[in-house]
Amino acid sequence: MLDNTMNLLKKLYGDTNYNDAAINIRENCLSCKRQSSENVIITDMEDKSGINILIKSSAKGEKVFIPALISKSNVDDVVRNDFFIEPGAEVTIQAGCAVHTDGESKSTHNGIHRFFIGENAKVTYYEKHLGEGSNAKRIISPVTEITMEKGSSFLMDSIQLEGVTFTERTTKAIVKENAKFDVNERILTTGTQQAISKFDVEVIGNNASVNIVSRSVAKDNSKQTLESKITGSSSCHGHSECDAILEGKGMAIAIPALIANHPEASLVHEAAIGRISKQQIEKLQTLGLDEKEAENYIVKGFLK
Amino acid sequence: MLILDNINYKIDSKEIIKNINYTFEEGKIYILTGPNGGGKTSLGKAIVGLYPTDNGKITFNNVDITHTSISDRAKMGISYAFQIPINFKGLAVKDILSLSCKSEDPKILNSLLSKVGLCGKEYLERELDGRLSGGEIKRIEIASVLAKKNTNFYIFDEPEAGIDLWSFKELISIFKELKKENKTIIIVSHQEKILELSDYILVINKGTIEKSGPSKDILPTLISNEKENNCEGCLKKELS
Repeated sequence: MLDNTMNLLKKLYGDTNYNDAAINIRENCLSCKRQSSENVIITDMEDKSGINILIKSSAKGEKVFIPALISKSNVDDVVRNDFFIEPGAEVTIQAGCAVHTDGESKSTHNGIHRFFIGENAKVTYYEKHLGEGSNAKRIISPVTEITMEKGSSFLMDSIQLEGVTFTERTTKAIVKENAKFDVNERILTTGTQQAISKFDVEVIGNNASVNIVSRSVAKDNSKQTLESKITGSSSCHGHSECDAILEGKGMAIAIPALIANHPEASLVHEAAIGRISKQQIEKLQTLGLDEKEAENYIVKGFLK
Repeated sequence: MLILDNINYKIDSKEIIKNINYTFEEGKIYILTGPNGGGKTSLGKAIVGLYPTDNGKITFNNVDITHTSISDRAKMGISYAFQIPINFKGLAVKDILSLSCKSEDPKILNSLLSKVGLCGKEYLERELDGRLSGGEIKRIEIASVLAKKNTNFYIFDEPEAGIDLWSFKELISIFKELKKENKTIIIVSHQEKILELSDYILVINKGTIEKSGPSKDILPTLISNEKENNCEGCLKKELS
């Protein structure tokens, strides 16, 4: 593995010990390290470029790392990962894409992640996007598709803090009976960066729930759009929340859609977009922070 | 010692505080009382720097702080508990307490919460996002102010609002404890039990000090006024 790639890996996961974990590291479009574990088997897709990740029912508290790392310009990478999570499995998956580009050429990383989650399985999915380097364009556009069987749960925790020129994230989910789908998304854009996040979730099982929380900060001249569509086709609960802080000439657009196809579907959307409130800054000033320190503290907490 | 020398504060052309002169001495409890909209909160906010005074002079421990920023006044030892506590999405109770006391030690944070009758285990990780009750967030606001170590001048704006009887008794103990430590305390309140704690009472009305003096002199006049008028802004006894 290249030194640059090692650095990016460290920035994604810190000093993680991978000895007992399943891992597949993708470096500049090619798989450079792969390791299955007793309960997590990683294999190549047969009909196209990509990997299948089988998580056995016997997996309890297992960890899987699937980073995609790009350490040079002029790369156009497409990652395909299919996760097959057997009934009753409990797993934490740490995806992540780090792009370091120098020079003028753009680099693109598009990920297609599909999750097939068996009955009563529990999945925690962390996805971190990191961009760094010169002014070259860095584009990251992941697509995530999730099918959740009865009683399963899926928590998606995604974070993208600066460095990515353009991102369009699409997340689609089908949620069946008693299943629980949760999203925590945090995005920070600066300069002229753009981030688009689209959710399309259909709840088809009774007593299932969806909770999408998106918090974002748009600084300078950056622009963010959140499209959040929840369709309740059963007796279910759905909630989506979009909070955005604006700084400079930053822009944020929230486009919620709630579709209740069932009389017992209960769907709620909340959105708040604006600058940091004066009262919040003043409270922290009374604790000894100056105005800039107070703003930074509020933003850091908001995106935590 | 904090001296207000002819301070004024206007919003547009409306005079909110008019020509206020007063000296707050060390180790005393002062109550600001009076009708709603009279200028009590504005006076507290002017002292802490949240409202800039239009003219006059504020001196704190022999230093002119008239044009000193809010954060520098805080660093000098002036603390303010807001009447309506502020919510923060993303910040937990432990974050605001840590920021105030400059420590992340859970033992210290727990002890701060226990001072206001809350259990650290239950509250430290809770987010200040509006889901806490009015009484809970009020107690956390007070804890965040008590957490500041260098404070020797406290302003509490209606600290009793929204809190239950048990917490109210705790609050009284907190004020007595601070007084023992020779701290100066200003409390904006109409609550009789709190007024009884005070050394001095200032009745603020129409932006001016309508009446002021030792508590023993002013309190009886307020009680007799209440009996005569039974009007808004008079003493509240429901927690006594």
